[in-house]
Amino acid sequence: MKKNESYEEFIKGIWRDNPVFVQVLGMCPMLAVTNSAVNAIAMGLATFFVLVGSSFLVSSFRNWIPKQVRISCFIIIIATFVTVADYTLLALVPTVHKELGAFIPLIVANCMILGRQEAFASRYPTRLAVMDAMGMASGFMLALFSLGAIREILGDGALFGMNLFGTNFEPWIIMILPPGGFLTLGVILLFFNWFKLKKDEFLAEVAEAERSSR
Amino acid sequence: MKKEDPDLLLFHAPLLRQDMTTPKAMRDVLYALLPATGASLWFFGLSAILVIGACIAGAVLAEWLFAGREARGRSLLDASGTLTGLLLGLTLPPGLPMWMAFLGGFVGISLGKVIWGGLGHNLFNPALLGRAFLLATFPIAMTTWVPAVATGGFFDVYPGNLALPFMQVQVDGVTAATPLGMLKFDQEVTPLANLAFGKVSGSLGETSGLLLLLGGVYLWLKRDLDWRIPVSILLTVMIFSAVLGLFDAARFPTPLFSVFSGGLLLGAIYMATDPVTSPVTPRGAWIFGIGVGVIVMLIRVFGGLPEGVMYAILLMNAATPLIDRYTQPRVFGRGVESE
Repeated sequence: MKKNESYEEFIKGIWRDNPVFVQVLGMCPMLAVTNSAVNAIAMGLATFFVLVGSSFLVSSFRNWIPKQVRISCFIIIIATFVTVADYTLLALVPTVHKELGAFIPLIVANCMILGRQEAFASRYPTRLAVMDAMGMASGFMLALFSLGAIREILGDGALFGMNLFGTNFEPWIIMILPPGGFLTLGVILLFFNWFKLKKDEFLAEVAEAERSSR
Repeated sequence: MKKEDPDLLLFHAPLLRQDMTTPKAMRDVLYALLPATGASLWFFGLSAILVIGACIAGAVLAEWLFAGREARGRSLLDASGTLTGLLLGLTLPPGLPMWMAFLGGFVGISLGKVIWGGLGHNLFNPALLGRAFLLATFPIAMTTWVPAVATGGFFDVYPGNLALPFMQVQVDGVTAATPLGMLKFDQEVTPLANLAFGKVSGSLGETSGLLLLLGGVYLWLKRDLDWRIPVSILLTVMIFSAVLGLFDAARFPTPLFSVFSGGLLLGAIYMATDPVTSPVTPRGAWIFGIGVGVIVMLIRVFGGLPEGVMYAILLMNAATPLIDRYTQPRVFGRGVESE
């Protein structure tokens, strides 16, 4: 039972409550740094680190943080981890750090992270909070990666910098420009909503059939 | 209780039916475009068929794919997808690869029409949206113009047309600049007769100004078109360039050159007048037309691009709901004057 519960918290962030495709949070990094798969993965990892770390701390301190100043406390905790992520990326992969630019410090302002602290980590025990943060961060990384991969394949004809279609590929310039991010995100959201609609229809049909067979 | 010969027949509304239906209006526009399409066949040969055909195929496929199960047949019957494909094809360069044209038609219908809720709900003209997408996606291919009447026979196809999907054009064909491009970048003026009859380089449908006007007159006679929109666009452009000519006649185009060059006639007659994306009130139509004309001239003369008809119409499409809202006529018996 206990194990099941934390598994549930983990898995909901990846699919059912995916922060990007279902909650539509964290749009700024989503649209800004997904012009290649590598950038998307790096951004996803940085966000993962920040979210899991700050969820852990916030959840551990949740009984000591006064309600009146909780937002500023969350922000200070998040900013600490963002600074760590920023300097780590700068030390390990300076080229990626340069491409991501201002968007790494801007993880502080990612509403998904603050939202998880406010809605989950500050109310639940540490183990669940960490599972929830890992699920949400994985869902976010998955979303970043799918967007980055689509945009890099169409915009550059490559994935992780490896050429897929030979030298004659005609790049879709729009895909590596901001409009391409909006278009791709819109199409993916469209697919998710369509999928949800079909699933609800299917579930309703099943329920109907069960009721009539009884 | 059914009487064979009832004394009283009861019908529900509408009791008066008009001849004009959406499929019919769409078909009228298709007929009106026939002369210009024929001219594109004359000037560019088989390539015109390939590019336009690919556009129509993409548009119709999107229409069919995204239609609901019960609407599937109906949405194809009203010919609006075909019309969008044809309009888009006429705005493309003749040497464009077929797969790009196909993609343009598909995107135009899916992002320009279906996603808004289908025919009559879209904010932007689907054909121009498809073109804007292509121009942003393949800027080089979309601005590579081939000379008119360059190839020998009808069956000589521009090598670019046959590029494999997702691949670039392999062979460097002969290229030429459009009249507007020549004016902007080389200060070279094309003779007006060539512009009117179509012996210039340019997109498939924009080369023959007189045939486009002919189709416009047909549409006007059939009452399919709000004459205020093309008239106000063309008048605005002519006045604008006449005023510019007063300052420096050598540098700025003459009024007639402005009207007959580029996609202005095609856009003004067939795209700006799309009843879905243009204002419904007469006063709104004037405002819309003047807006398009001013933006066209601003882009052409002061902007970085040689041609701006597409962006001008798309921008004014976006302003259409606002224009409609502020030009509503006063309802009889209400408002300030009735007091």
